[in-house]
Amino acid sequence: MSTGNMNLTLKVWRQKNNKAKGNLVDYKMSEISPDMSFLEMFDVLNEQLINKGEEPIVFDHDCREGICGACSMYINGRPHGPKEGITTCQLHMRSFQDGDTIVVEPWRAKAFPVIKDLAVDRTAFDRIIAAGGFISVNTGNAQDANALPIPKFQADSAFEAAACIGCGACVATCKNASAMLFTSAKISQLAQLPQGQPERYRRVQSMVAQMDAEGFGNCTNTGACEAECPKGISLENIARMNRDFYSAKFVSEEEV
Amino acid sequence: MADMNANIPEGELTGKWTKLRSSMPLVNPANKRSIEIIIVGSGLAGASAASTLAEMGYKVKCFCFQDSPRRAHSIAAQGGINAAKNYQNDGDSVYRLFYDTIKGGDYRAREANVHRLAEVSANIIDQCVAQGVPLAREYGGLLDNRSFGGTQVQRTFYAAGQTGQQLLLGAYSALERQIGMGKVEMFTRHEMLDVVVIEGKARGIIARNLITGELERHFGHAVLLGTGGYGNVFYLSTNAMGSNVTAAWKAHKKGAYFGNPCFTQIHPTCIPVSGDHQSKLTLMSESLRNDGRIWVPKKKDDQRKATDIPEEERDYYLERRYPAFGNLVPRDVASRAAKERCDAGYGVGQSKLAVYLDFTANTERYGRIEATKHNIHNPDRETCMRLGRDVIKEKYGNLFDMYKQITGEDPYELPMRIYPAVHYTMGGLWVDYNLMTTVPGLYALGEANFSDHGANRLGASALMQGLADGYFVIPYTIGAYLSKELATKPIPLDHPAFVEAEASVRGILEHFLSVKGTKSVDFFHKRLGKIMWEKCGMARNAEGLTSAIAEIQALRKEFWQDVRVPGEMNEFNPELEKAGRVADFIELGELMCMDALQRNESCGGHFREEYQTEEGEALRDDENYAFVSAWEYKDDVKFELHKEQLKFENIKIAQRSYK
Repeated sequence: MSTGNMNLTLKVWRQKNNKAKGNLVDYKMSEISPDMSFLEMFDVLNEQLINKGEEPIVFDHDCREGICGACSMYINGRPHGPKEGITTCQLHMRSFQDGDTIVVEPWRAKAFPVIKDLAVDRTAFDRIIAAGGFISVNTGNAQDANALPIPKFQADSAFEAAACIGCGACVATCKNASAMLFTSAKISQLAQLPQGQPERYRRVQSMVAQMDAEGFGNCTNTGACEAECPKGISLENIARMNRDFYSAKFVSEEEV
Repeated sequence: MADMNANIPEGELTGKWTKLRSSMPLVNPANKRSIEIIIVGSGLAGASAASTLAEMGYKVKCFCFQDSPRRAHSIAAQGGINAAKNYQNDGDSVYRLFYDTIKGGDYRAREANVHRLAEVSANIIDQCVAQGVPLAREYGGLLDNRSFGGTQVQRTFYAAGQTGQQLLLGAYSALERQIGMGKVEMFTRHEMLDVVVIEGKARGIIARNLITGELERHFGHAVLLGTGGYGNVFYLSTNAMGSNVTAAWKAHKKGAYFGNPCFTQIHPTCIPVSGDHQSKLTLMSESLRNDGRIWVPKKKDDQRKATDIPEEERDYYLERRYPAFGNLVPRDVASRAAKERCDAGYGVGQSKLAVYLDFTANTERYGRIEATKHNIHNPDRETCMRLGRDVIKEKYGNLFDMYKQITGEDPYELPMRIYPAVHYTMGGLWVDYNLMTTVPGLYALGEANFSDHGANRLGASALMQGLADGYFVIPYTIGAYLSKELATKPIPLDHPAFVEAEASVRGILEHFLSVKGTKSVDFFHKRLGKIMWEKCGMARNAEGLTSAIAEIQALRKEFWQDVRVPGEMNEFNPELEKAGRVADFIELGELMCMDALQRNESCGGHFREEYQTEEGEALRDDENYAFVSAWEYKDDVKFELHKEQLKFENIKIAQRSYK
């Protein structure tokens, strides 16, 4: 099936379910093509396991073009592998050398429990958004879109924050398993837009409270999250969130 | 036979929707609270419907197979969303969007539905901006537009190359807001495996919890499917790995007719296949065609590097064949033209199955404009290219990066190599004007229905349709049905229909696990994909389709007898999920070939080689085939064709020309 000439050793985390104890299992791979994506290499491995009568490795993936945020492998100690600015599904085998040993683990964080093998439960992120990551505008309430001019630099900056794909790499790489980059990206997107102003301080308080309740750690400004984020979400968003959070505590008249 | 009345309101085209909206039966707020609606799918159509219906007061349950509703495949749409805003003052109007869409669909869509779509298009942009969706803006702070295929106005709104992502995150945040308020109950990692029909009406679903493997019964006064398209029947497509037809297919088997299954969109600009290991194809947004020029060498089998081939030895074949629309012809036309050049031996790259998409000319043009802005007079070419590259980067940076990741080539230096790939399916569950299928109480929204795009969808119209259906159509039209259901009490889950449906689902899953055959699910899926691509893809003929049907029937038999599905039922088992989906794709594939075989004409994406003009364009037969084919499922994978005649009262039906 594959046509390449790379030989690799994989050490992959196998865990039957969220109660079982997991361990790393070795797999030898041969004839891997450098043009394959990392997940296609896993497809080949799974096909081999099925043919041998063994259980294939479970991993999350869907769009395979770096936008859905489903894929989540911790490769050689880095979320989404050795390259910057991409997700696991965009990683190609040409980024590795023939003969390499590659260690693949799931995201590790208390708030992201392992479901099976490399798949983890990231629903905590949804609950953070549900706590306030929106503008309360029912369908039909909107005015004409151009009635509200927004300076281009402001719209662009909001867009950069909105580019977050919710993959959780920031949490996985953080020594504190903090979700502050994720949470702040949504807060920052909406705080920079005029539409987001009415709920600005209410939003930051609700979302931070939910983030804490989910068991994520705090930020100690290491910056690993920004370095490993496949979408280049900036640490500035955390600064903006913190500023709004303090403003909300000291200035806002609204209690949440 | 089920009721196949399209229920198009009487009266003038332009007044149909307004009048219907004002006269549609309503459900009062107190009654809404006791009505339960099931929504399957959380993409643009599903999420927008779920949030809007919950805002109105209905009790909503929403299901998705992904781990979060935010990951539905709408997220991957790149280029943009159309709306008849006429912000560019270039002559756009509701009528023009309506006209372009009907013509783009090669006169195989319903006039009334398409007009409604054009009417609500402007509201969608307003709603999304109000939600905080960061669409691209000009320096004056107002919204920007770009060009898309099949139209001569600029009406496409966008957010870099991530328009689908930003629109979906808007709908997702509206949905999460309702979840947080307890008005929507969300079921992630759940897959719908059957519709429960009681006394002829859709009353619920059977869903499998994908983590525990348990089967669950859920009641609803109505069931809405926003479950997307079925492009993955071809195995290789631009769809996500999990995109599937299962929900729609189960509905079909429970009585919902399937409309125009053979109408498939092959997108002209995708990254070419690189090898057998390939699991999916990646699209390069249509917006690139606006700023790029497509060409192949004039000489056959030209081995030179693209940049070494001089201007006069390049064949800009789209500009040559279609001077009026040039590189912006609709997708079906552009795809066939690329296939024609490659088949004739002018293809490029190793496989020779690719053409060039070149940005040099526009990069230089943008650079010249930038130079003027920076007060650089008479800039040299190098300066123009440098400045122009920054503009291109801002517009398409993420797409260029994506291309480089996949191919290992830098598109800022070399033209992109592209080739057509399966992208979208215009066909889907047949629905009436109210989006209801032939099963009362069962609705289909977005790509899952067949309704608005005819035989070919124009770019940036899928996002428009998904959100139109969810935000602005279903919230009104569902009232007509639900206002008559006020007396219906929730049906107990031990009702025989629920018990039977669950037992039948369990039987199928247990069968897959018990076969213990010799071939993996993917093995069968790839074989199906190959048959479909070769015989029911960009070009089709009667002979090929006839043999495809026989091959697929044989494949189906082999699949059920020889598939190997590891693991168990009551655990997280992606192979078992795939087995169910591929089983449905195999049945659908056969129906698609049957549909393509009965349609003895070429129209839009459906190109029958026997029916073409002398110039190789699609040759329609309006006298005999101006109908929607609506297939009814009969026992044991048999199908019966019904026809909905299309009436064109406002548009003069003509040979489609983009010359």
